[in-house]
Amino acid sequence: MAMRSISRTALRDIALVCTADAIVGASFGAIAVSGGFEPWVPVVMSLIVFAGGAQFAALGIVLGGGGVVAAVATGLVLNARLLPFSFAVADVVRGRWYGAQLITDETVAFALKGRDARERHDYFWVSGLTLFAAWNVSVVVGALAGAVVGDTDALGLDAMFPAVLLALIVPALAERRVRVPVLAGGVVALAASAVLPAGVPVLLSLLGLLARPKEA
Amino acid sequence: MDMPIVAIVVLAAGTLAFRLAGPLFRDRVRIPPRLEDLLSVAALVLLFALVVTSSFAGWARPAGVLVAGVLAIRKAPFPVIVIAAAATTAVLRLIGVP
Repeated sequence: MAMRSISRTALRDIALVCTADAIVGASFGAIAVSGGFEPWVPVVMSLIVFAGGAQFAALGIVLGGGGVVAAVATGLVLNARLLPFSFAVADVVRGRWYGAQLITDETVAFALKGRDARERHDYFWVSGLTLFAAWNVSVVVGALAGAVVGDTDALGLDAMFPAVLLALIVPALAERRVRVPVLAGGVVALAASAVLPAGVPVLLSLLGLLARPKEA
Repeated sequence: MDMPIVAIVVLAAGTLAFRLAGPLFRDRVRIPPRLEDLLSVAALVLLFALVVTSSFAGWARPAGVLVAGVLAIRKAPFPVIVIAAAATTAVLRLIGVP
């Protein structure tokens, strides 16, 4: 794989995203272990699932007492968005099938920045391999740190999980067609969480999709 | 805390199926733009529901999440948002807020 077409700006962008994801990965590992999971759980999950949102979702639901079925179901619905993504970058993955595992929001965004087939290929593979390394190393570090720190609540780490998700979501809320169903789903989940066991309210939030504004 | 390896493997296998669908079926299937849009909005709906349902416990945690929300709306850099949330919650707990 010759990587000639990567510009310095693109490399800097990739490094920034790696840094941000490393912070998230470390907090994922630490939160998992301090919540009572064995360290191998966040580590194995990161290697074979490699999708931060779904990992946090599944773990958060189990930590909240929501049960494994709801956790897996939510993770799968979340990752269903990778289906259209995998069509969008199909050409750059072909021939090296393990590249499919590298399909994430970030790597697809980088690939689609490429102006031609070669740039798309290079952006995808460079961002994918570096992100995979950064994510998994940081999860291991976080899991080890979580085991040492013990009381992560005193450090406010439990606020990190929703904060990370908010930071990921808020930019997309600028669009009304996204904002309306997202807020409606939030209201449904909040109301449902008063009466239903953890995990179910998150899935019920999908009812918010019914509130999607009609295309103009 | 229980997270059976079977559950992790099922999640991983399903996720891999979504990832392989494109390279495998691109020539035969086309994803309708409306489905594509629906799936990406669905992901955002679920993530926000997770924020809402995991934020409310005591006062220190929701306060930290609120700070994160305000910083995110003001387009603060990602590490700043995350660290400010944790710091807010930690400081509030230090002074005795539950």
